[in-house]
Amino acid sequence: MSAWFVENGMLLGLATLDGVSSAASVFMVAVGLNLVFGVLRVLNVAHGSLYAIGGYAAASTSLFLLARGMPAWAALPLLLVSSAIVGGILGPPIERLLRLMQGQEEVLQLLVTFALFMILEDGQKLVWGVRPVVSDAPVKVLGTIEVPFGSDAIPFTAYQLLVLPGVALLTLAVLAFVLRRTLFGRMIVAVTVDREAARAMGIDAGRVTLLTFSAGAALAALGGALASPTTSLVPGIGASTIVLSFAVVATAGLGQIEGAALSAFMIGLGRSLAVYFAPELEVVVPYLIMVAVLLVRPQGLFGTLEARRI
Amino acid sequence: MFGVPANQAAEMLIEEINASGGIGGVKVRPIFVDEGPGVAHFVGEYRRLVQSEKVDIVFAAISSADCLACAPLAEELKRPTILWDCSTQRIFEENRYDYVFRTIGNSTPEILAPLLYLLKMKPDFKTVSVINQDYVWGRDSWAMFTAALNVLKPGVRVVSEMFPKFGATDFSTEITRLLALRPEVILNASWGGDLDAFIRQASDRRLFERSTLVMPLGESSLERVGKSLPPGHIIGARGDHWFLHPKPADPKLLATFTEAFHRRTGIYPIYPCHHMAQAIFATKKAYEIALARKNGGWPNDAELAAAFKGLEFPSLTGTVRIREDGQGVQDMIMGTTHLSDRYAFRILTDMIVFPGEMVTAPVGQVSLDWLRTLKPEMLGRIPQPVPFKA
Repeated sequence: MSAWFVENGMLLGLATLDGVSSAASVFMVAVGLNLVFGVLRVLNVAHGSLYAIGGYAAASTSLFLLARGMPAWAALPLLLVSSAIVGGILGPPIERLLRLMQGQEEVLQLLVTFALFMILEDGQKLVWGVRPVVSDAPVKVLGTIEVPFGSDAIPFTAYQLLVLPGVALLTLAVLAFVLRRTLFGRMIVAVTVDREAARAMGIDAGRVTLLTFSAGAALAALGGALASPTTSLVPGIGASTIVLSFAVVATAGLGQIEGAALSAFMIGLGRSLAVYFAPELEVVVPYLIMVAVLLVRPQGLFGTLEARRI
Repeated sequence: MFGVPANQAAEMLIEEINASGGIGGVKVRPIFVDEGPGVAHFVGEYRRLVQSEKVDIVFAAISSADCLACAPLAEELKRPTILWDCSTQRIFEENRYDYVFRTIGNSTPEILAPLLYLLKMKPDFKTVSVINQDYVWGRDSWAMFTAALNVLKPGVRVVSEMFPKFGATDFSTEITRLLALRPEVILNASWGGDLDAFIRQASDRRLFERSTLVMPLGESSLERVGKSLPPGHIIGARGDHWFLHPKPADPKLLATFTEAFHRRTGIYPIYPCHHMAQAIFATKKAYEIALARKNGGWPNDAELAAAFKGLEFPSLTGTVRIREDGQGVQDMIMGTTHLSDRYAFRILTDMIVFPGEMVTAPVGQVSLDWLRTLKPEMLGRIPQPVPFKA
């Protein structure tokens, strides 16, 4: 065993770096999905479309402004701005629709969000066509970092090593702070745990739900925006992301923020380790992890959100 | 990805045919169907086109799964059907058809030509890796590549085999592994958004400086990935499809088509456009033959199908022949990416056009078995590369 570690230790290091950046990408989408489920109790399949639209919007806006003289570095903050705009525009109408589904059978809720997903997928084709859309300015502007690997050095993009994990950690910290330390965060927790009791306490549950859903939508859009500089945006990009996000959310436990971060890390690391040591298992590893966790803890790693008695 | 440019090429060419009087005086009315929703939908649409719309001929399809599903149906309904873009070699190696024809080459030349080109241009490599999409073409193309490699250059070490899922968008882990392994050659037979994303991510991390990439379907990505793809890497085009072909049979035909397509769409024609043109040219020629055989009378399905057997027709760059088993034989162009001031993307140099017969399994032989019988002596018959001339 120790001989194996000596031989593969450096590869494990590389796999961990890849796993962290992969986890950061999927966390951004999964955490939004988790937030939305918390307040609406609806598993929103259309969350994947918000990811795709966020990516398309960021890339298109970036290309448009770069062609008109915007400096390349400005493409980075533009990812955040375009995501907020997508969340702000698409969040409220979708939230209105999904609120109608509250209390309905879960199958019906899933079908409605799936239908919405299909409509938004076709909407993307109408707006952006089927040709791949790419804007890689944020990656180019930051350059690469050489990671030592024995006598060799492996180039990673600074975007992959610093920006993706950095934004994910910042998102986690901000969400944890807002939910635990602010009045609005406590209102979100109250609505999540018991909507009726929250209303009885004078909380405007509708407004809290609307704002939380829009924030979740913006996080999905930010996930897509962060992915856009490294990939080609094509129809169907949202579908594969949402399936992986479901695995993260199920592993974490519905409604869990820190759990989503931990399970995203487990799944990201599991996938990258598989690529190095058992490539045939790469696709199935996230779901193997999910099944293993759910067999032991059916409520997920962190269970469901519970109110604290004060 | 491929359907839209092929659709645009079809509309353009059919407009031209109708403007010049149609085929045998009959105007062509195309009906376009999206095969995206999957095989079940496609089979239903095929039946609708034949039985309700009563189309005279069907062009199907991009997906090999769709072609495998519709070929027996075409035979059952006795409606001439052109496999215009799918390439699985299984269609005509596992079954006999009287109403099904392919107007392009199949998978075998698409993967053998890149290997022969690699062995000609970079004969001393000792290690190879593969990163292909995890579906039939990704797996089959690697099986064929290694089968031929083992007999043409025994002893090459395969250092990694990776098959990321179809439609993957993030290849960072695979790229790290390839950077660490440093294979001299990497085969990537992917296409579409997957290949575009891989090229961009590999370029950002300088993988192209460490390994020679062989991309048998790379021609379709060249314009989209722009300057992300450095010079010196090997590109195929699923035929001799290249708008800067070094020796087209009819230079005026290729130039006129390229110019008209670029003017209409803003992009240069990629291989699906050539494939669509071949299907249309073959159909026109088959009708002309069938009409002549019937002294100008409109042919029925069987008479039209008979005209496709042994048909030779012009493509945009050369000539294609449909064999007695229904399989098309056409030349394969390979080249190396090259800088040019005239284009905002890489073009090809050191181009080799492989004769179709040289790289296609003969009638009645299974491709994988045939590839295992190849001899290294065939490397001596590879034509000389032609450099790009500005």
